[in-house]
Amino acid sequence: MTMTSEPTPAAKKKLGLKERYALMTRGLDWETTYQPMEKVFPYATYEGIKIHDWDAWQDPFRLTMDAYWKYQAEKEQKLYAIMDAFAQNNGHLGLTDARYLNSLKLFLTGVSPLEYMAHRGFAHVGRAMPGVGARVACQMQSLDELRHAQTQIHSMSNYNKLYDGFHSWRHMHDRVWYLSVPKSFFDDAITAGPFEFMIAIGFSFEYVLTNLLFVPFISGAAYNGDMGAMAFGFSAQSDESRHMTLGLEAIKFMLEQDPDNLPIVQRWIDKWFWRGYRVLTLVAMMLDYMLPKKVMSWKEAWEIYAEENGGALFADLARYGIRPPLGWQQACDDKEHLSHQAWSTFYQYQGAAPFHTWVPSPEDMAWEAEKYPNTFDQYYRPRFEYWAEQEAAGTRFNNATLPQLCQVCQIPMLFTEPGDPTRICYRESEYDGETYHTCSDGCQAIFDHEPEKYVQAWLPVHQIYQGHCFGPDADPTSPDFNPLLEVIKWYRMDVGTDNAPYEGSRDQENFQAWKAMQTKN
Amino acid sequence: MAVAAVKEYVGERKDVAANLPPGTQLTYVGWIDHLMFCAPFAFPLPSDMPFGAIVEAVLPEAFGAHPDFAKIDWSTVTWTKGRQPFTPDFSKSLADNGMKHKDSLTFSTPGLTGIKGSHS
Repeated sequence: MTMTSEPTPAAKKKLGLKERYALMTRGLDWETTYQPMEKVFPYATYEGIKIHDWDAWQDPFRLTMDAYWKYQAEKEQKLYAIMDAFAQNNGHLGLTDARYLNSLKLFLTGVSPLEYMAHRGFAHVGRAMPGVGARVACQMQSLDELRHAQTQIHSMSNYNKLYDGFHSWRHMHDRVWYLSVPKSFFDDAITAGPFEFMIAIGFSFEYVLTNLLFVPFISGAAYNGDMGAMAFGFSAQSDESRHMTLGLEAIKFMLEQDPDNLPIVQRWIDKWFWRGYRVLTLVAMMLDYMLPKKVMSWKEAWEIYAEENGGALFADLARYGIRPPLGWQQACDDKEHLSHQAWSTFYQYQGAAPFHTWVPSPEDMAWEAEKYPNTFDQYYRPRFEYWAEQEAAGTRFNNATLPQLCQVCQIPMLFTEPGDPTRICYRESEYDGETYHTCSDGCQAIFDHEPEKYVQAWLPVHQIYQGHCFGPDADPTSPDFNPLLEVIKWYRMDVGTDNAPYEGSRDQENFQAWKAMQTKN
Repeated sequence: MAVAAVKEYVGERKDVAANLPPGTQLTYVGWIDHLMFCAPFAFPLPSDMPFGAIVEAVLPEAFGAHPDFAKIDWSTVTWTKGRQPFTPDFSKSLADNGMKHKDSLTFSTPGLTGIKGSHS
């Protein structure tokens, strides 16, 4: 056989990253013909945002879906190996103290369901975006958020076998008074248009505020020996940087496309900074009061992640005409008070919260005083010391009267006037013959701009009084009917265990007993 | 301003008085300088209840845990309604005092400034 044939053509070179990205994103898009594009993308224009050229969308990560699956699967394998090892080696006994678990209960009931909502939100928004670059980026983030919800739930499910308060987080998220705060935040975002959602979650939450949520929780896990939560935090980190980039790209894209977009985007930043900041009230108290081994104070976290990083961000955005959000200065001033006011609230409403609370120990109060030299001893120490005395006397202060709530953030009206920590901040608006109460200038401005949206707020206190928060077996006509107890049952809290003070709780007893079994005979 | 929407947008008013038992209105009450109670309270009250019953029957249960509560001299207490000075007639009903659903009251107790004067 003679070798006369032509040389075989060299195997075609692998596609370059850029080429591959173009084919796997832009190359997958098409113009519809059976239906006009505006009917295929019906939510693209009604918010008033003008986009002229979707091809100007830049994705610095250039990740494509095929690579996404491979990469995430590898990460997930490692994560589950760590979580298994932690569970099998009784990792929970390496925690600093069982009080730590309460920050996880807060996270699981308040934050993990939001990850799931973010999954839904980004799926919806991606579908609504006429530009394919944005659509693919939203698709990936949607999948990230679903994975984050799952890994968090899996990681924390280990604790559910051993400790109280972890069992009904999903049921609680839609019902319990303080969980209406994160729930209504996200419901507000996903009922907005696609561009507002991108500014609300993609930019304001993921870019401006995310470090204030995740760094405290994940560092808190690391400082307190929780390998499981730490592992999901690290696993999520590479996704988070992609999310931040998407948020920043979204805002720059909107601002570069048309000058008319600026005032709309600015108003959304004002609104969503404030809404996100209000949700972070829960993180503030977690950092300052719930971690046995503390990472940093809320004030320090705010100074690093908001004042320094956020300050630089808004300096950068100034060239587009963007200014820092309206509530920025107030948030900076309130860093001295936020966590103390929040923890006081949960302490007194212990009976209605599915995690344990306690009076800070004298050592912890010394830490608070050192971190908050301008406020703690003057405004908050006397309150906690009085409560400690009451506990010692067997008359713990339990507040059994329902509080007034803010119509927008849905937090009890616990915040004080800017510049006067001795006065509750009250704001009132009239709309369509009815009075609406808000906790701050920020929440009032949000209400006043779209009152028709916020008149629908499902305020837990009002819903209880309207009789909507009892189980089917509750009988309000019975002579021994106890409405608050019936509400707690409807929340599916195990009365006397989930909602008990930490001192004397089953969590405390078990943890101490198991630790003793580890080291003694 | 109207909500940006793809069609007419009307929200359900969740908190109208008609959603409470007949004859009931919500009243919010906060005690100035006593932030041990983290927020003002919300009470569903009969509109025909005399104002004095708030002081006699409602507030003691809600605020009685505070050591200052027993020291209040009610003749010196000052009230606000919607942040404006308000002089209630204790013998008249809430409605006859001009109070409507979701009105917000505060009361100040001169000389009492909370635990160790901390406004708590």
